[in-house]
Amino acid sequence: MNVITVTQLNNLVKSSLDNTPELSSVCVQGEISNCKLYPSGHWYFSLKDSESSVRCVMFRRDASMLRFRPENGMRVIAVGRVTVYPRDGQYQLYCASMQPDGIGALHVAFEQLVSKLKEQGLFDTAHKKPIPRFPERIALITSGAGAAVHDMIRILGKRYPLAKVIVMPVRVQGDQAADEIRGAIRYANRYNVADLIIAGRGGGSIEDLWAFNDEALAHEIYNSAIPVISAVGHEPDFTIADFVADLRASTPSNGAELAVPDRYELSAMLRESSVMINRSMANIIAQHRKKLAALSSARVITSPLNYVQDKRIALAYLSERFYSAGDRLISRGRQKFASLASSLDALSPLKVLSRGYSLVRGNDGSIIKSSDGLHIGDALTVSFSRGEADCVVTGIKP
Amino acid sequence: MSDQELTFAQTIKRIEEIVALLERGDAQLEQSLALFEEGTALIRSAGRMLDNAEQKVVRLVKSEDGTPAEADFLEESV
Repeated sequence: MNVITVTQLNNLVKSSLDNTPELSSVCVQGEISNCKLYPSGHWYFSLKDSESSVRCVMFRRDASMLRFRPENGMRVIAVGRVTVYPRDGQYQLYCASMQPDGIGALHVAFEQLVSKLKEQGLFDTAHKKPIPRFPERIALITSGAGAAVHDMIRILGKRYPLAKVIVMPVRVQGDQAADEIRGAIRYANRYNVADLIIAGRGGGSIEDLWAFNDEALAHEIYNSAIPVISAVGHEPDFTIADFVADLRASTPSNGAELAVPDRYELSAMLRESSVMINRSMANIIAQHRKKLAALSSARVITSPLNYVQDKRIALAYLSERFYSAGDRLISRGRQKFASLASSLDALSPLKVLSRGYSLVRGNDGSIIKSSDGLHIGDALTVSFSRGEADCVVTGIKP
Repeated sequence: MSDQELTFAQTIKRIEEIVALLERGDAQLEQSLALFEEGTALIRSAGRMLDNAEQKVVRLVKSEDGTPAEADFLEESV
């Protein structure tokens, strides 16, 4: 014989249990004991009868669907599968749903249908169609007599008289009811008679409401192109129609309230819109006014003469600069002239004469630079710094 | 746009558009004034629609060829 580990043993048992079809979905009747709710939201408990007990767990997701709170001593029918938790080798019943025992098979059927349709995706929120904000035509698929239709018409009329109400009378209990409701939804879609459907009825026993737990009706609601509000029974009553509808109303009256906006709220909204556009318009005008003010305060607009004056000042400044530049040029010329004149003056013969030299010229006015060629008795003119003298040569030295 | 052309839903939608446009305030002055006038008129018209509306209730009946027809709704019918 092979030796195996504990883990291998547990896994062997687990796979054996998991592969037993009778254990993959069982309905177990028993009494709850050792019931404990964990902070995670999972329920742990045991189911027992007079001789045996079995461990059970119900996970938060499934437990949130329970319409009652499990308590020790409560007799229930639990639906789930059996498997082993390999870590401690304990086999457990994993409860998917549970109902109090003794209420009847309808409940079990209900839960079974709920999980079946849920699995098929009929309850997916992604599939839910939005309810139109301002429906123009509302089809009421309900009994033509009784409080429900009366209440819905009254509330729709009070809240939003703009919507036309189209009553599609059907039976809402008995064997034919589900088919009639289904037929009305199909007919409404085929001829597009409304943009919103409210399907429902007033309160009653679970048997009275049973038509709304019909599987075919659930598919019809799911396939309806026109959004459907379910409005069945009283607040605590839940039907399959509620799960699959685009919106669940707790009662027919609540259905009418959810279907349409309230005219007084709309009036208030209109008043608010009016205030808002008036305020916005005032803001826009104020803005433009500010812009205009900014523009008109520009200097060219407020005092055009100033503008000319500015230009004039600039002109004056320029011409001043021009003239002073001219003046500088002239005085520089003057200085240069004076210095030139003084050097010229230094070279002048008159200046030499003033230092005591004299200039001698002959008869013909030529300047005598030596005694060569002079004769006794020649007349000469001697020029001094100031004045001249006529002289005669009386002796000659070479 | 005249009142008759718009349903209540369309009127509200347009009012909401105008409120948003004016709130942004980036339109030209003339355009803003035109929007303002349109909005004011639509708000009046929507208010009238609400005030004057009278609820219509009919019963849907199948005519012989299967198409829907309307009949008076009497609460006792069925």
